[in-house]
Amino acid sequence: MILNMGPQHPSTHGVLRVLLEIDGETVVRIMPDIGFLHTGIEKTCEAKFYQQVVPLTDRIDYLCPMTNNLCYVLAVEKLLGLEIPPKARWMRVLMNELTRINSHLVWLGTHAMDIGALTVFLYCFREREEVLKMFEMISGQRMMTSYFRIGGLALEPPLGFFERVREFAGRFPDKVDEYENLLTGNPIWMMRTKGVARMTAEDAIALGASGPTLRGSGVDIDLRRDMPYSGYENFKFDVPVAQEGDVFARYMCRVKELRESIKIVAQALDGMPEGPIKADAPGVVLPDREKMKTQMEALIYHFKIITEGFAVPAGEVYQAVESPRGEMGYYVVSDGTAKPYRVHMRAACLANLQTLPKMCEGGLIADVVAAIGSIDIVLGEIDR
Amino acid sequence: MALAPAITDLEQLKGHPAVARLLAWNPSAVTGVKFDRDEMTIHVDRANIREACAVLRDDAECVFNFLSDITCVDWYPAEPRFEVIYHLLSIPKKERVRLKVRLDSASPAVESLCSVWPGANYFEREVFDLFGIRFTGHPYLRRLLMPEDWEGHPLRKDYPVEGYR
Repeated sequence: MILNMGPQHPSTHGVLRVLLEIDGETVVRIMPDIGFLHTGIEKTCEAKFYQQVVPLTDRIDYLCPMTNNLCYVLAVEKLLGLEIPPKARWMRVLMNELTRINSHLVWLGTHAMDIGALTVFLYCFREREEVLKMFEMISGQRMMTSYFRIGGLALEPPLGFFERVREFAGRFPDKVDEYENLLTGNPIWMMRTKGVARMTAEDAIALGASGPTLRGSGVDIDLRRDMPYSGYENFKFDVPVAQEGDVFARYMCRVKELRESIKIVAQALDGMPEGPIKADAPGVVLPDREKMKTQMEALIYHFKIITEGFAVPAGEVYQAVESPRGEMGYYVVSDGTAKPYRVHMRAACLANLQTLPKMCEGGLIADVVAAIGSIDIVLGEIDR
Repeated sequence: MALAPAITDLEQLKGHPAVARLLAWNPSAVTGVKFDRDEMTIHVDRANIREACAVLRDDAECVFNFLSDITCVDWYPAEPRFEVIYHLLSIPKKERVRLKVRLDSASPAVESLCSVWPGANYFEREVFDLFGIRFTGHPYLRRLLMPEDWEGHPLRKDYPVEGYR
């Protein structure tokens, strides 16, 4: 029998349609069908200036908007050859890790809710609310912050921001203990996730899986540690790797990543350098508003950047970062004008979704729900 | 803004492990190289791309065992029009390389990499859907993002960004 786990379904985490060919309760074949959230972002980017693409990038993987921002601005800065000041780099790491915590909280809440542990959802969103308030404090927006801009950051962090982050970082490890108390040793959780949706390391690499989906099968690669960007080489953190390759292994990887991320946040707060938040490149980076209102050159630069954009030397760059879901890459091709010739987003989830047949065929329908949750898909990234 | 100029001379770059391996396997397959902004790009002849990827994947020194991405750029109206781009990553060596294949607009077709990496499946379907490049040997070459009955290939440069009404 062919069953349609339709695009509108509480457990598919977005508009994912999965065609299940089942024999009783066992899944014989599984085929994901995507494209319901396709909005042509890659095509739209070709019609915008480089700085106008930044808000578009937020909306691709909407659970980790600043990671998208980071990947794109790093790619364009590589094309331009811009040097970013240290404070901007450390702030980017800080905000990126808070975004990772945010994303993993959504994953944990929704994954646990799909499997049946409804309380965890509310606990996770309680912490997520704190982080979203911090994002609103720093950028004015809760989710689609567009806080990272080409050449640095959009705004200075306001007074009281670092104290608030420090206070959150002090409380957060106890909250992760709370989530683990509810789930990790729970016999029902273990029965639903241990041994379920297994995947070997060879299959994971061959299918292009990355991030916790790959690390849960024993492959130790994390782009933050192995191919560092934006100052990550200055931070000490562990990369959790599990060996079994089942849902429980991927769950443990991500929960441990929550703890590691808050460690990085604490290190970033301790070592935050002083200095400017924007690179010294007047033709590319918008001047401060005070300068724009008082100096003629700044006003002219502001006008030209906004109305004409800035020309980027011809070339191409592939910049990859470690998003909460895996290797997110931006391939930006420039032809020397102010609009990108091609922007391609390598979505971590698109490759991770290809592992679904390997994980689910031969298992039960209920295990499909657990597997989809353990891959942590975001349809915005898959469909763009 | 300090940008080193791009190096496109094969003589200077033939020491790079990926270039050296491909030249040792089949020198006519490599039609050009570029080292720009710390990234290595190798232009491969379209008939040899699948074997070139298999060679790079299986080589003990390069070990490019992970396919990061397959994408395409449309250089309309220049000919050859399409450029299919493959990004490879070596997980043990932490190195990246980019392979490029140029295809003309008359019959844009190239061999599928699904036999080398099963993970090429969705990437190639997406390139077929949005650009119209046929991947021969692909197990299920159908549209991925656009609806099945869509006509046209939206990411081509002669397709308007507003779409057709």
